[in-house]
Amino acid sequence: MKNATETVELPEHYPVSLKVNGQAYNLKLQPWVSLLDALRDHLQLKGTKKGCDHGQCGACTVLVNGKRINSCLTMAVMKDGEEITTIEGLAKGDELHPLQKAFIEHDAFQCGYCTPGQICSAVGLLNEGKANSLEEVKELMSGNICRCGAYTHINSAIMQVKGETGNE
Amino acid sequence: MKTNYTGQPANRVDGSLKVTGTAKYAAEFEAEGLLFGYIINSTIAKGKIKEIDISQAMQVAGVVQIFTHENVSGLAWFNKSYKDMDSPPGDPFRPLYDHKIRYSMQPIGLVVATTFEVARFAASLIKVTYKEEKLVTNLQDNLHRSKKAPMGKVGYVQPKSRGDAESVFAKAEYKIEGEYVHAAEHHNPLEMFATTAIWEEDGKVTLYDKTQGVSNVQLYISNIFGLSLKNVRVVSPFVGGGFGSGLRPQYQVFMATLAALELRRPVRVVMTRQQMFSFGHRPGTVQRVAMSADENGKLTSIQHEAYGETSQFEDYTEIVVNWSGTMYNCENVKLKYELVKLDVATPTDMRAPGAVTSAHAFESAIDEIAYAVKIDPLEFRKINYAEDDQVEGKPYSSKELRACYDQGAAKFGWSGRSIEPRSMREGNQLIGWGMANGAWDALQMPAKAQAVLSLDGKLTVSSGTSEIGTGTYTIMTQIAAETLGMDINDVTFKLGDTLMPMAPLQGGSWTAASVGSAVKAVCEEVKAKLFKLASKTKHSPLSGAAPKELTMAEGHIFLISDPGSRLSIIEVMRLTETDSIIESGMSGPDPAAKTTHSFNSHAAVFAEVKVDEDLGTVIVTRVVCAVAAGKILNPKTAGSQILGSVVWGISKALEEETVMDNNFGRFMNHNLGEYHVAVNKDINDIDIIFVEEHDDLVNPLGIKGVGEIGIIAVAPAIANAVFHATGVRVRDLPITMDKVLQLAEEDKNQVRV
Amino acid sequence: MNSFSYHRAAHPVEAVKDVNNQSDAKFVAGGTNLFDLMKLNIEKPSHLTDINRLDLGKIEVLPNNGLRLGALVTNAATAWNKDVEENYPLLSQAILAGASPQLRNMATNGGNTLQRTRCYYFYDLATPCNKREPGTGCSAINGFNRIHAILGTSETCIATHPSDMCVALMALDAKVNVTGVNGERTIDFADFHRLPGDTPHLDNHLEHGDLITSIDLPADHFKTNVAYLKLRDRQSYAFALVSVAAALKMEGNVIQDVSVALGGVAHKPWRDRQAEEQLKGQSATAAGFREFAETVLSGARGFGHNTFKIELAKRAIVRALTMALKNESTILSDLSKA
Ligand SMILES: Cc1cc2nc3c(=O)[nH]c(=O)nc-3n(C[C@H](O)[C@H](O)[C@H](O)COP(=O)(O)OP(=O)(O)OC[C@H]3O[C@@H](n4cnc5c(N)ncnc54)[C@H](O)[C@@H]3O)c2cc1C
Ligand code: SF4
Ligand code: FES
Ligand code: FES
Repeated sequence: MKNATETVELPEHYPVSLKVNGQAYNLKLQPWVSLLDALRDHLQLKGTKKGCDHGQCGACTVLVNGKRINSCLTMAVMKDGEEITTIEGLAKGDELHPLQKAFIEHDAFQCGYCTPGQICSAVGLLNEGKANSLEEVKELMSGNICRCGAYTHINSAIMQVKGETGNE
Repeated sequence: MKTNYTGQPANRVDGSLKVTGTAKYAAEFEAEGLLFGYIINSTIAKGKIKEIDISQAMQVAGVVQIFTHENVSGLAWFNKSYKDMDSPPGDPFRPLYDHKIRYSMQPIGLVVATTFEVARFAASLIKVTYKEEKLVTNLQDNLHRSKKAPMGKVGYVQPKSRGDAESVFAKAEYKIEGEYVHAAEHHNPLEMFATTAIWEEDGKVTLYDKTQGVSNVQLYISNIFGLSLKNVRVVSPFVGGGFGSGLRPQYQVFMATLAALELRRPVRVVMTRQQMFSFGHRPGTVQRVAMSADENGKLTSIQHEAYGETSQFEDYTEIVVNWSGTMYNCENVKLKYELVKLDVATPTDMRAPGAVTSAHAFESAIDEIAYAVKIDPLEFRKINYAEDDQVEGKPYSSKELRACYDQGAAKFGWSGRSIEPRSMREGNQLIGWGMANGAWDALQMPAKAQAVLSLDGKLTVSSGTSEIGTGTYTIMTQIAAETLGMDINDVTFKLGDTLMPMAPLQGGSWTAASVGSAVKAVCEEVKAKLFKLASKTKHSPLSGAAPKELTMAEGHIFLISDPGSRLSIIEVMRLTETDSIIESGMSGPDPAAKTTHSFNSHAAVFAEVKVDEDLGTVIVTRVVCAVAAGKILNPKTAGSQILGSVVWGISKALEEETVMDNNFGRFMNHNLGEYHVAVNKDINDIDIIFVEEHDDLVNPLGIKGVGEIGIIAVAPAIANAVFHATGVRVRDLPITMDKVLQLAEEDKNQVRV
Repeated sequence: MNSFSYHRAAHPVEAVKDVNNQSDAKFVAGGTNLFDLMKLNIEKPSHLTDINRLDLGKIEVLPNNGLRLGALVTNAATAWNKDVEENYPLLSQAILAGASPQLRNMATNGGNTLQRTRCYYFYDLATPCNKREPGTGCSAINGFNRIHAILGTSETCIATHPSDMCVALMALDAKVNVTGVNGERTIDFADFHRLPGDTPHLDNHLEHGDLITSIDLPADHFKTNVAYLKLRDRQSYAFALVSVAAALKMEGNVIQDVSVALGGVAHKPWRDRQAEEQLKGQSATAAGFREFAETVLSGARGFGHNTFKIELAKRAIVRALTMALKNESTILSDLSKA
């Protein structure tokens, strides 16, 4: 096994405060920890998925101050003091978020692995208020890959909720 | 009462777990003191490792151990011990076994550390020196080295020729021929391969693994590490997509188990997305198809040969050309399928293996010959329609392909098509309509299930199958509830655990039929037991009733002749002082049926494309996919399966290819940024039709499976539509703008595998 | 990823100093390119200076009526800024053609200009690459080069600059404002990026520790008759094989002014001012556009897989100019409607 004579230096730990789904967390993290890994491995919020770790799939989408981002491509320390919403924070108690309900109703997933990212992305999309048609929903949901190919059902779920909530 | 039994579009029973992020995948199980593994892979394709210098990496605080072939020992030495249930003939790859490099990105080491980041950092400090050898990865340049594909892989059957296709072709007036090249493709399920291995004091190990078959992983790990089966438990409640990639155990499960056993600690190993390109893939292929027909459009000869790549150490086979002998009536058929060994990882089954490869070439050729004799391509297919299996000389248990043609064509509006290429346009956009059809085996495998009915009237059924997104949880729950006439909410189905009764690998679209039949069988046992108990009840309306006088519905057992005479399940159990009913059941294919009939599902696909005349961009604007697959257990989940297959077909036709650099023998676009799969914007209208198909020969449930049939005919339908739009037949997939514009340069140096 | 230290800067001068303290320190803004490359050990900074808290997050109208885009404004906020949408629609279109909504919410204007090439070999430590490791050779020239450059290449590197935003900035004659150890300076966008020459490891003309503070757009510049056309291997979320930012100033059917920049074809956004001069004063015709395209591509050279780009780029220029004439965009509506 190893001899512990000289060790290679590791990054320092920095204090990081995150407000996740309304709850405040004070962490000490090395800067090389991505926001995604901080959520999954340090806060045990595993609803946010890792599909590529390189910004190429959207599975890790969360909302930071209401805006959707890829949590794999930001360091957690950079988000010190920010408000983060993950899939775990969308339902109100047992009452699912309208998008969560619509995803079930429209069978907008198969394996379910892209689903938390799709739903958070759709929340971000509705917050943005830039998608005015199905065509625009498709373009503005293209940052979330669904390898199972549930796109048309995802879009009908989003269109339904968009219709219900009106133009925000 | 809305029963939500089979045939009903019930919502997924696991839906709320999936939309709330609480469904747990392999990398999401926790344990005290969990360690993290990071795999390192070879940078060369062929040669030997001269040295792996881990000294610097070992100095990193938090690194617990680094495993390489130099320090791993005590494993099974016999290479056949590494075989799994889905191994093709040959000697399976043995991770960390020796210093030999057999393909680029072969795993060569594992760093285990207290955090993921430390393990990844330490991995970057490992210095590997190699002695490189000359490599061969170019399929097209090596067709002369092809050899006959051996038997041995489950399901592989050698193609059978008939008649004298060559001489008929030579003399024919109407004939066409063409060569089709497909690059390798990678499954890329969205969840990356992962294992959380939990070592237990008593020497047992529990593996939370991403797999399409927990029993297969159990067998594989127990053989390699010399553990008894009962000491290896494999658990996999949710799988973030498989598409075939999880049929064989992948190397991360080996790595995680090795580390957990050696270090006696829990270890999690997750592949990177780049590593998702470092094992089995859909093989690159070269196909040649030649056909002739008479002036009435009757096929007079078919020749189809295919060359598939395989690794140097295993002979991966798939059924490519055989389909061409069964699809149409034709007396003269010559088929050939051979393999070329290259310095690549062994290919692996990928959604509709073989059939999807074959159909693109063969159904493009059918379109081409129909054009040669100037007959509408759909009409041409009807003229040559095969009622019976042309190879086996047996009738199909059912074949409603004609209904697929008719309903699909009607929905699509096919009759409004003008046959001439380049005859439909909107501004710069040339519009094309194409169609194709496909078939897939309707298979059933032996499977077991267990059912436990408890005193509160709740039923739990279990079987060690998996849920890769196909809706297994849901349809099994529906089957069980229906068989026992129970409320669907009183039934729970459990899967993905080697402690449960064994189920086959989840592949080949046979899970619904195999596990579904076992679930039905075990629930029938429970029912029989309940009837027996009901009849034993004293002073009840059912006392002494014979089983054939009884039936079940709404959680009650009652007399068929007098539905008012009834007892609830709970009452029966209470009155007979029964705490619980536990039954085991199994089911398997009927061997007799196989001798008299052939079993296939069928589909016809119609596609519309818009091709920019100047820029060559292709958009698939509409697809209609009409499927004949027996009884549909749940139109919602089955519809999603077909929908996903159509998306796969579009993705295959237009986007997917793993590009091999033959200088390095390495796949270069090994990430999801450059390996393109369809995104939301790529997908437009998709209509799915399930035609009525009654089949009581195929299995007791009358179902054929829907996992693969939807993809098979999509790429050729699109390719044919592109031809109709542009007059250009793009024979190599994917159909990219450079090929449509015929600007792609034939490049001898760098042809794709 | 290597081990590194981290500091969150509060002021530009402090940030510049912090990076200058160590030869391999870097700024981090959105992190979408840097953090990606660090995970692959392609970038290995010993220190990161987080500039996200600097006061560079505004879009302001300049006294000369031009527009100043703060370096830290996200790509999304820029594309959807009212002034940008109204007065520089070409920039909005180009930004929205790139990456994904999530990435655009993270990516900053400063970071976007400095994103590195997407060359497969640059991204894979297993293969030689002069850009990553000068002197090791270029694997792409004799390798798989479908996504590579056809203009301004050198024997040492044929990589492209992958940005969409920069193609529009080039067409719009933007200027980059920089603060460095030696004070502030402004760089014309045309002089910002480099061609590979024999220094392929250098992407641009910034010096170590130079901080981009903002990007300026000239006043009243191509507000109408613009189009951004992006050709790629899928409909969204893919880098350009060829892209064109086309801008016209018309009087009747006569071209008063024209600006055309190409993406996906060179180590920097490509523009041919001489060819543009020739087009000015002519009336807008398909033949004239094609002739212009021929001139722009006259020096192009293909390397096998990417040779198709030469003809494709010509056609894309013609189409983009035709679209600009009609003021059509393809980003939020599909190409089939163009
Ligand atoms: C999957 C994927 C797809 C993409 N597709 C596209 C696409 O289609 N089109 C496109 O244009 N882009 C695309 N991008 C790239 C994306 O636009 C860039 O990554 C992004 O713009 C970089 O900005 P950033 O703020 O995140 O930069 P960072 O990653 O933070 O920084 C990048 C570099 O710039 C330096 N830097 C940042 N800000 C400053 C500053 N103010 N002064 C000096 N130096 C600075 C950093 O030190 C670093 O070297 C894609 C990215 C991904 C991951
Ligand atoms: S093209 Fe440039 S970036 Fe790509 S391998 Fe060659 S030197 Fe490296
Ligand atoms: S995991 Fe972040 S985009 Fe894929
Ligand atoms: S549901 Fe499987 S990837 Fe979207």
